[in-house]
Amino acid sequence: MMFFRNWPKWAMLAILVMSILIPVVAGLGETTWAAFGILPALGKHSFSLEAWQQLFELPGLATSVRLSLVSGFLSTSVALILALFGCAWVHSSSHRPSLLNKLKPFATPLLVPILAAPHAAVAIGLAFLLAPSGWLARLFSPWLTTWQLPPDLATVQDLWGLSLVLGLVIKELPFLWLISLVALKQIEVSKQLSISHSLGYSTANAWYKVIIPQLYPLIRLPVLVVLVYALSTVDMAVILGPNSPPTLALATMRWYNDANVALLLPASAAALSLGLLMIASVLFWEITIKVIMAMTKMMTRIGGRGHPWKFASGALATTLPSILILGLLSLVVLAIWSVTWRWSFPDALPTSYSYAYWLKLISKWPLALQHSITLALGSSAIAVVLSVAWLEVQDRYGGHLSRLTLWLIYLPLLVPQIAFLYGLKVGFLRIGLNGGMGAVIWAHLLFVFPYVMLSLVDSWRALDQRYLQVAASLGTSSWGCFWRIKLSLLLQPLLLAWAIGMAVSIGQYLPTLMMGAGKIESLTTEAVSLASGADRRLVGVYGLLQAAVPLLAYGMALLLPKLIRLNRLK
Amino acid sequence: MSLQLINLTVTAQQQVPLFAPLTFSVGAGEIACVMGPSGVGKSTLLNAIGGHLNRHFSIKGDIVLNHQSMTLLPADERQIGVLFQDPLLFPHLTVGDNLAFGLSHSVVGAKQRRLHVEQALEQAQLAGFYHRDPATLSGGQQSRVALMRALLAKPKALLLDEPFAKLDLELRHTMREFLLAQAKQYLIPILLVTHEPADVAAAKGPLLVLHPT
Repeated sequence: MMFFRNWPKWAMLAILVMSILIPVVAGLGETTWAAFGILPALGKHSFSLEAWQQLFELPGLATSVRLSLVSGFLSTSVALILALFGCAWVHSSSHRPSLLNKLKPFATPLLVPILAAPHAAVAIGLAFLLAPSGWLARLFSPWLTTWQLPPDLATVQDLWGLSLVLGLVIKELPFLWLISLVALKQIEVSKQLSISHSLGYSTANAWYKVIIPQLYPLIRLPVLVVLVYALSTVDMAVILGPNSPPTLALATMRWYNDANVALLLPASAAALSLGLLMIASVLFWEITIKVIMAMTKMMTRIGGRGHPWKFASGALATTLPSILILGLLSLVVLAIWSVTWRWSFPDALPTSYSYAYWLKLISKWPLALQHSITLALGSSAIAVVLSVAWLEVQDRYGGHLSRLTLWLIYLPLLVPQIAFLYGLKVGFLRIGLNGGMGAVIWAHLLFVFPYVMLSLVDSWRALDQRYLQVAASLGTSSWGCFWRIKLSLLLQPLLLAWAIGMAVSIGQYLPTLMMGAGKIESLTTEAVSLASGADRRLVGVYGLLQAAVPLLAYGMALLLPKLIRLNRLK
Repeated sequence: MSLQLINLTVTAQQQVPLFAPLTFSVGAGEIACVMGPSGVGKSTLLNAIGGHLNRHFSIKGDIVLNHQSMTLLPADERQIGVLFQDPLLFPHLTVGDNLAFGLSHSVVGAKQRRLHVEQALEQAQLAGFYHRDPATLSGGQQSRVALMRALLAKPKALLLDEPFAKLDLELRHTMREFLLAQAKQYLIPILLVTHEPADVAAAKGPLLVLHPT
């Protein structure tokens, strides 16, 4: 009987499972079938291990795996360490009125552009910055470097994947930093630091032994999302990573796209391996963290109070702002290229400017822009509606965000995209969804929904229930309460969640590429494919547009409530 | 061993000083009570003495502990213990590890350190609680652990900011007795911010009343 009384709750759960969970699982399933030889489209119907044999014979597999692991773990660790250091800086209350202290209120706003810009835009900008003929080289040539022509150095797409690591750190540092700052609100940081100080512990020591052990469980899932992305990114690897052999994810995509369809099977095997690699990496990461925590506890029992690894703070204090500056410069260089007419090496700035490319854009919206906006609006709107529906149903019919539910929401972000997107495409074909906008929007929804849901849930739960109780006592129906009170009070968080959804959708590369069957181009797919070409001005425009649309969405999300309030006061 | 405040004033960002210049002294083993209306700056005074003020505050005058000026020392070098209204036991550590965290570094060796912690637990009538989760302790038990944690660090002075305010009347009496017993044992100057006249009577020490300027 309970089941039927609470039917909306189960209906909502069913909708979510069908729209979010099942596609991921089905996609993984199809990939697994293909990896083990079952791909009806190619006429393969029987279980076989030949795909794996082919995979191991493909060149450079070991190097690809090594590259993926190194770039994944290195970038995630560096971004995490810097983010934690950044948190310690924000919470420090030094008495010296230094320049750094004055910069504190600006820290968060400076992070916003890098956060809003899609991964591909930042990667392209960084490439334009670091390349042998990039802005950094131009700024310092020829007076410092004596280069009259771009040197033959592999600063981007280097064999060690370092520029890829740098690009990943630039993008993930602000994300982890902001997430950690929000999570720290649940911990009494300043009082616990005061107590630690009074017991003789230096600030750094207190952060290691007291604050960080409490913080890490709160940011565990976002950190894992970062790790999985770093291991499986394709768009950043295309622009910044080495070409041959590439990271495993990029190699897999190349095999999928190869003209030789027979490669689809080993490609699926590679995709499945990437999935398994991801599981192994997550386990390895968590075990390492547990070991570190256990060691920290042992050190806590010993009671040493000094500043551990003092030399590290100097290094961290220089690295953190450098990464942020590189990130901002990456976006600036895109802006400069977009209005350049002529910029030859080694001039520090363009010799002539022109708005030609922008004017052409305004006179005729490129298809890519239209598609990007349609996809973003579609997926974020559905995501917001689903999130609101689920939260409202939970409010009315009971239910809470258990740990299991949280992992389920995070699931699409914890599985490498390439591991299941091809399989999903096959699955879509089975149900008749043949690579149209609908399929791509659904694919985007898988990744937009978790971010929208997670950014909304805290504000939703924090809403003072007494507003609704007062409204009910005044005779408002529950639908009226929801529509007129709840949604109005939550307008700001709703718009912000929508803006985040827009940003996530704009930045999607693989879903648009794979689901659209090459027919649907977005700003991101165009930017990435143009990035290897010669016309940096056009790429600059696309890259900047990529970053501008999310910023516009955030701007609207922040301004709209204020405008509405102003209107009301009149 | 004594704690002396000499013409001490604390000023929030470019405003009027919170109270008139204070000159006050607490001797070893004495418990001085600090009283005053809400908002006058009692907590701020304690934070100033402990070194926990943030950069929005400025201090004039001197704080001298055992003939050593404290004003230029950072909080982690002053060796002045502090207890806030909430016990603030670190939730990720067990009760025993919380105490071990406070235990002075001068006690060396795992066995010795464990011994000291167990002794502290016995003094707090919490023998056998080493592996307990702080969240499972009652308010009074947590307060006792918090006090022992502060004392295990062998501080040269102790500041208590209404540490028993959230406990009920009977518990407050028990905690007061516990504090007095520990104070007799450790013989350091203690400053206690309180609203309770009963605390003043029991402490039998100097009384500092803050007036707003």
